[in-house]
Amino acid sequence: MNIAVAIDDVDRQALPPASEAGPAPKRIVVAYGFWIFLLSDIVMFAALFAAYAVLRNATAGGPTGAQLFNQGSVAIETACLLASSYTCGLMSLAVNARNREATYLFAGITFVLGAVFLGLEIREFAGMIAADAAPQRSAFLSAFFTLVGCHGLHVSAGLIWLAVMMAQVELKGFRATVKRRLLCFSLFWHALDIIWVWLFTVVYLMGAAA
Amino acid sequence: MNLLGKLTWSAIPFDQPIVMAATAMMVLTVVSVLAFVTWKGYWPYLWEEWLTSVDHKRIGVMYIVLALIMLLRGFSDAIMMRAQQAVAAGGAQGYLPPEHFDQVFSAHGTIMIFFMAMPFVIGLMNFVVPLQLGVRDMAFPTLNSVALWLTASGILLTNISLAIGEFAKTGWVAYPPLSELEFSPGVGVDYYLWALQISGVGTLMTGINFVATILKTRAPGMGYMRMPVFCWTALASNLLIVAAFPILTATFAMLLLDRYLGFHFFSTDAGGNAMMYVNLFWVWGHPEVYILILPAFGIFSEVIATFSGKPLFGYRSMVAATMVICVLSFLVWLHHFFTMGASANVNGFFGVMTMVIAVPTGVKVFNWLFTMYGGRVRFTVPVLWSIGFMVTFVIGGMTGVLMAVPPADFQLHNSLFLVAHFHNVIIGGVLFGVMAGYNYWFPKAFGFKLDERWGIASFWCWLVGFYIAFMPLYVLGLMGMTRRMQHYDNLAWQPWLLAAAVGVVIIMAGIACQIIQLVVSIRSRERLRAGGDPWNGRTLEWSTASPPPAWNFAVLPKVAEIDAYWSWKQRAQPAREPTQARDYKAIEAPKNTPTGFVTAFFAVVTGFALIWHIWWMAALGAIGAFATLLAFAFRDQEEIEIPAVQVARFDLAHQVEIAR
Repeated sequence: MNIAVAIDDVDRQALPPASEAGPAPKRIVVAYGFWIFLLSDIVMFAALFAAYAVLRNATAGGPTGAQLFNQGSVAIETACLLASSYTCGLMSLAVNARNREATYLFAGITFVLGAVFLGLEIREFAGMIAADAAPQRSAFLSAFFTLVGCHGLHVSAGLIWLAVMMAQVELKGFRATVKRRLLCFSLFWHALDIIWVWLFTVVYLMGAAA
Repeated sequence: MNLLGKLTWSAIPFDQPIVMAATAMMVLTVVSVLAFVTWKGYWPYLWEEWLTSVDHKRIGVMYIVLALIMLLRGFSDAIMMRAQQAVAAGGAQGYLPPEHFDQVFSAHGTIMIFFMAMPFVIGLMNFVVPLQLGVRDMAFPTLNSVALWLTASGILLTNISLAIGEFAKTGWVAYPPLSELEFSPGVGVDYYLWALQISGVGTLMTGINFVATILKTRAPGMGYMRMPVFCWTALASNLLIVAAFPILTATFAMLLLDRYLGFHFFSTDAGGNAMMYVNLFWVWGHPEVYILILPAFGIFSEVIATFSGKPLFGYRSMVAATMVICVLSFLVWLHHFFTMGASANVNGFFGVMTMVIAVPTGVKVFNWLFTMYGGRVRFTVPVLWSIGFMVTFVIGGMTGVLMAVPPADFQLHNSLFLVAHFHNVIIGGVLFGVMAGYNYWFPKAFGFKLDERWGIASFWCWLVGFYIAFMPLYVLGLMGMTRRMQHYDNLAWQPWLLAAAVGVVIIMAGIACQIIQLVVSIRSRERLRAGGDPWNGRTLEWSTASPPPAWNFAVLPKVAEIDAYWSWKQRAQPAREPTQARDYKAIEAPKNTPTGFVTAFFAVVTGFALIWHIWWMAALGAIGAFATLLAFAFRDQEEIEIPAVQVARFDLAHQVEIAR
């Protein structure tokens, strides 16, 4: 809110257009570059979604999504991930306030929620593999495991990243580089939520309906 | 368990004299270069100034060096193919057995697209874009270095395949089911996939870096409509990289899962769908064509405007055409396989879109012609390449529009007509473009021009050689000859293939002239010495010294219009931006780091291990790469300060030079 007020106070005539203002500050450039990366990552998921859409009925006589998916477990997974996005947001506020204890607390909760999500996903995968529904069984299952597994790999990478960042906060404090990286991490974590919402809809909801 | 996975002594093809000779030559070259560097004691210099450099100019130069070496490698594959097809007529089998010939054409395509054209274009963008934007570096200098070295990793893996194991025998597109484990059980496809996955990560990093650089770091006053056209085309090209390369990564990941873990994305059984690969491949592949050609269009725009002594005709329409192509390039992919059997409506849509995309390209050609019209054109080497491009590319474009008609394409699909078409646009467009750029910006990079006479000789050899090598392929395509034939029975084809072989020899003479040009120029560099602005340039890169200092500009230029440098010169001000007494400040420059080089080393280790199923080594490589990343993340000093005195001393000397 205070940003908008600040801009209104400035005489507009005195400012050049934003495009002519010269190189942007490092923080803006880094966050912007990371947004571009996230968009590219979403494009990669788009390709996996497309493959899933093409192959979802190619069950080759094997089990279908409706037979396999356990909505209850997926609902808990979703709740964990969405809640972790909220605590990640609280962590960002703590970082802005340069409050170490609150940062560790909310990062810890985020980590635990992410880990629970991963645990449930691994349990789901293991259960399917045990029930003769491994990715080698049919093209549908190949696409399912790849799409959902790719998201899971992203969550795992996020957990490692978060752990490394906490070590950086501990060793280096809230210096500019560390704060930029934490900003990128929270963008990443929220983006994983967005992908999960699509995934939940396209794979689990539509899959159960089919 | 075997500690070395699938790797045994039999992986080295001792029984194939041609492969062993090529391997011996490659090893000998590498060893002698390393020995030379050691003997001269250049290692510290190389390590500190180049291998660990995060300076966009040095990274650009290294990309181009890689591209030139890979041009030689890819071209020797071309000679082998042309020689084989010139002799293997009737009952003759030529000198290359099928399994070797198949590797040669696959390697040729892969190397020329991914490891020649891409690094050349990316190298030129790296060198030029920050200078044209009037800034000191890319948005992410270390990421830039990592990207370079990952590209080099892919190149290294591809070349290792020559000596150890084999390369893909599937063509450069590696369509399944042929590329599945069932039909390609060897390591060739794995070399292909891992080399391209690793270098593809590098390319994606480059794309992100350029988009952020161009959109977020420009000199004060440089609004979007004041950017040089080359920057616009670089922006379009890198937007395409960001939007297209992840699709390739995902597609290759699926094929890898099929091959390594028995998944069924593209397999012939259990519901796999091979045509999905073909679709996904070309959803990346067609934008890739424009990733390569758009920067070349930008180069021609700069060259034509500079050497006609006029502003570019229709700057706004040029920008619009570039961005329209950028969008439309995602709407034409299906024209690569009209024969798939989609409905007539689908084929019709993609046929029409393919014709539509020719329109903005036509706009560009007219803009270049009108720029030259009424100008005082200086026929330097870059201009020759540009004019050669305009003629050649228009022919290639027209054959492309011909194939955009689905019924015609059903006849021409996978024939040599197609091969002639895409060489016509890639050589006539991309290669001529990067050669124009190489001659145009060389003096900026090294402070002396390239020799004009050898440059002209090289151009004419390439141009004439190109026509003699590829026009016969159009004829052969119409005669019904398909691509990738190791031998053929129809003797009526042979004269045309002999002619094509002659053309390749002439192109070889062109390459020889280029090598001589470089050697001659280096030897007579004092005579060819060029100041900051050897061509009477228009854009900001010519306002700084040649070669530019590490910080590019002592004071960031202030831009008020298109062709900023030209307008300063027109106002008869001392060939610079308005010089008040300059207030020199110390400059923070990013610190050199071995992160890129070390990461790439581990990437090669991991890639090689995965290709040969040496799992412990793959794990070690991955851990090594992660540790490198951590070491980088935890470093304390990120920038070094260049003292104001040093900046001032250099800049004052440069001003004295301009005054002279």
